[in-house]
Parts: sequence; C-alpha cells; structure tokens
Amino acid sequence: MRSTESNVTQSITQVIAASSLGTLIEWYDFYIFGSLAVIIGQQLFPSDAGASALINTLAIFAAGFIVRPFGALVFGRLGDLIGRKYTFLLTLVLMGGSTFLIGLIPSYSSIGYAAPILVLILRLVQGLALGGEYGGAATYVAEHAPVGRRGFFTSWIQTTATLGLFLSLGVIVLTKNILGAKNFADWGWRIPFLVSILLVVVSIYIRMKMHESPVFSKLKAEGKVSANPLKESFQKKANFKMVLVALFGATMGQGVVWYTGQFYAQSFLENTCKLDFNESRYILLWAIVFATPFFVIFGSWSDKVGRKWIMLTGMLLGVICYRPIYQYFLDATNVKEMQKTMLLSQSEPVVERGLVPGKADSLITTTVTKTLTNGMTFKESKVEVITEDVLAEVPAVETLIKDVTLSQSSYIVIILLVFFQVVLVTMVYGPIAAFLVELFPTQIRYTSMSLPYHIGNGVFGGLVPFIATLIASFQGSTPLSGLWYPIGIAALSFIIGAVYIDNRRDDNVMD
Amino acid sequence: MSGLKKILGLLWIALGPVIIIFLFMQAADKIGAAAEGIARTNTTLQWAIIILIFIPICTGLVIFGYYAWKGEYDHLPESSEEL
Repeated sequence: MRSTESNVTQSITQVIAASSLGTLIEWYDFYIFGSLAVIIGQQLFPSDAGASALINTLAIFAAGFIVRPFGALVFGRLGDLIGRKYTFLLTLVLMGGSTFLIGLIPSYSSIGYAAPILVLILRLVQGLALGGEYGGAATYVAEHAPVGRRGFFTSWIQTTATLGLFLSLGVIVLTKNILGAKNFADWGWRIPFLVSILLVVVSIYIRMKMHESPVFSKLKAEGKVSANPLKESFQKKANFKMVLVALFGATMGQGVVWYTGQFYAQSFLENTCKLDFNESRYILLWAIVFATPFFVIFGSWSDKVGRKWIMLTGMLLGVICYRPIYQYFLDATNVKEMQKTMLLSQSEPVVERGLVPGKADSLITTTVTKTLTNGMTFKESKVEVITEDVLAEVPAVETLIKDVTLSQSSYIVIILLVFFQVVLVTMVYGPIAAFLVELFPTQIRYTSMSLPYHIGNGVFGGLVPFIATLIASFQGSTPLSGLWYPIGIAALSFIIGAVYIDNRRDDNVMD
Repeated sequence: MSGLKKILGLLWIALGPVIIIFLFMQAADKIGAAAEGIARTNTTLQWAIIILIFIPICTGLVIFGYYAWKGEYDHLPESSEEL
C-alpha cells in the first residue's frame, strides 16, 4: 500500500516537473520581449524614430497578448481532439522556435521594414502558442492529481508564470552586467532569445517521455472524445454560461491583479517615480522571490476551504489597497519636494550640447547628481533650447528628474509593498487552475477553460500597463488615475464572483 | 440570492452598451483633443484597438446578464451530466 502511494507521488512529481518546466520556458520566452522593448525598438525601427519606435515595439508586444485567446481556441480544440500531451508538445516547439528566430532577425539597418514585420509575425506565433500551452499543462496536471489535492498540485503550474518573469529579468540583468551596456545594446540583447532554444530542447526531451493524461486516455478508449469541442463549448448554452461566469467572475479580476502587481508596479516605479533602471527591477525580483511560495500555500489551502473566497479576497484587497500603495510610491520618491529641506550635496554640472532633431536649434542639457540627507540620490537635468529664430517664442527651461535611488528604509518598504501585491497575485492565481479544471467536463475541458483564462489574462490583464498609462496621460488626470482601470475591473469581478460562483470543490474531474 | 442574481442580471445587460458608449465618447474626446494639439500624443490607433477588443467582451457581458436574468445561474451544475 505504502509502495503504491509512493509511486503515485513519484509519478505526479514527474508530471508536475515536466509540465512546469515547459510552461516556465514559455513564459520566459513571452516576457523577454517586453523586458527588452526599448532595445528591440532601436534595432527594428529607423534610428530617428524616437519615441514612436518604443510605442510600435510595445504594440508588437501587446499583439502577443491579444492573440492568446485565439491560440486557446485553436490548440484547446486540438487538445480535446488528439490529446493533451501532443498538443502542448507542439505549442512548446512553436514558442521555442519563434523565440530563437527573433534572436536571429537582422536589424532595420540591414533589411528595412521587413525586420519589424517578421518580428510581429513571430510574436503572433508566440501568443498563439502560449494560448495553447497553459490550458494543456493545467489540465494535464489536474487530471493526474489525486482527489482533494488538486489545488496543491496545480499551484506548481501557477508558479511558472511568475518564475518565467523572474528568469527573464535575471537573464537580462546577468547578460547586461557581463557584456556591458554598449555590447548588450548592439548585439548582446539577442542572447536571451537564443538561449531559449537550449531550454526548449531539454523540455521537449522530458515531455516526449511523458504519457497521455489517464482521464483523456480513458475517454479515448471509450470512444467518448468530443467530435467538435468548439461547438460543444460555446454553442451549448449550459457550457457557454459557465465560460461566461468563469471569465467575468474570476479570470477577469485575476488578470488585472496579476498584471498590476507584477508589471504595472515596476513600470510605475521606473516611469512615473523615475526610479533607477536596476533598482526598479531588483525590487520586483526580491518581491517575487519572497512571494512565490504563497502560490503553493494558497493552492493547497484552497483544497481545504474552497477556491472562491481565496481568489475573491485577493481581488478585494487589491481594490482597497492599490491607491494607498501607489500614493506611497509617489511620496517616497518625491525628490523635487524633498530637496527643498534635505539637500546634502550636489555634483559639478555636466553640460551636453546637441541639436533638436530635425531643426537647427541648439539643445543644452545640464545635469547634476544630488544627494539628500536620507541617503537618496538622483539626477536633475535642465534642458534648454536655444533657437536661432529671433521672432520665435523662447521655450521654457524644462527640468527632468531621473535615476532616483532610494533611502534604505524606503527601499525596504517599497519591496514589502510590491511583495504584498505579488501575494495578492498568489491569492487570485494560485487556486485558479484547479477552479477552472473543476468547472468543465473532460471532453471539452482544454477548450472551455483556455478561452476565459486567456481573455482574462491576455486581454484584461495584458492591457493593464497600456490602458493605465493611457488614462494617466489624459488632461487633468493624476499619476494615480491609471489605477481606476484595474480597480474597476477587479471590483466588478469581485461582485460577479461573490454572487454567481459556488465555493464547492468538484472532486470528480473524470466525468 | 436568486432574486439578487436576477436583478443584477439587468444591471449587466445595461452595463455592456454603457461601457461601449462610454468608450466611444472617450475616444472621440481624446482623439479630438489630440487633433487640436492639446493632448500629448495621437491615440487614434490605441482607441481603435481598445474599442475593437471590448465590443465582443461587452456583448458577452450582455449575454451573461441575460442568462442571469432568466435564472440560468440559480443552480450551477454539480456534475458534467448537468452540462
């Protein structure tokens, strides 16, 4: 008896390891593009494109999110027709291959606009592959997991998205530190993409050795495999209504909490609070390291108390806490005000002279590095335009703050606040795979659970940085205005989830 | 609880078109402001993408509300045989 139990545990451990490794690599592939957007933009577009290069690159990045639901439909259908194992083997090959090829694409200076077009195509393939991968991995693990421990075992799959982000940030920081900033910007940025192929080969080797899900094999042996999973998932009202409640009552809120805590927080610290490039990334890395175990803690806990209230509490805490947290970020980095009373020293000014792009006007930038009594440092640049046109209006001198480094106490508090946001991510995300698997029958599970998951995460979640930044740029808005998007979506999802979703655990996923 | 689910169903039915109208109004306002040189950037493409994505999602919200109003969520299936 003890030996059988041990075999089961060993088998499920292998299943989790093989599934998680592949899924982690897919997330890594997906996120390195976003983390390198600035450098990729410089390589793919004309050198005088300026800010529009970054915006276009972010649009290519966002395209990967938007096609995820289509990947869920295509590969979900395939997974319900031919099986889980071969489908997510295919998604892994597509993801790894397209990531490797992005690393080989020549720059704009070599092939012109073919460069961004090729990258866009490969990015779309990445998005489609990811849309097919997650549902397969979660379904595969859940269908192997013993009754009453499904939340615990699937939570390991849930750690992979966060660890993939961690890995991508880690590889980028490491490569940049080894090669130096100039080499990294010239050619070193390709290395994180090329490295992916090694990881994918290892993962394919492991996955090839895996067996098909026992639940799907049984279904196939009995000849009960769905003939048309798409039709059954979305044309059958009883199923479609569950897809809708899963989307609006769970994955929509989960998606915005995920992307606010792990993307918008870092973007806000870097772009709005003007925190130093490395410091904003280290804060997120520390927060992820300490918070990741909570995926497994909340996943496991959901086996005992149910999935619903853990997820909804995470959403509610986000709704209540986001504004105070981000207000603290602003207050702790408000060096313009602090320097009035706390200026300790400032460096000799460094003057740079140049031309305004496309004009004959001179651009003079004077930069000083200032240190405050609490240990914070920052660079203050005054940008002055000298125009040769005597009739033209004299432009005002613009003062810019950048590269803010925090005092030790603020640094620790901000790590704790980002850590808290990632803990909210673990609350909403840890139990959700088990929740979705239990909501749908085996025949159409891959298709049915993948679509709400990827609309919730890819569309609602993936658009958080983009929409929040857009709202914050409106006239009359404040730096915190962008938060109304995740707060509003999470609040709506909380109400729908609280009213329409059951807290029960469905022990039988064999049906 | 069933009554609350049904009443809220009407709210979701109304919310779908309200969100779309709100998005169109915001888009017209912000794109117009950009044309007059008030806003910092031209956001026509961004607004087109946002509206295109949210129209089917809001349609889904209306269908969800309709199901809720008709009492489809009064009892959630407890086994796959009910689906």
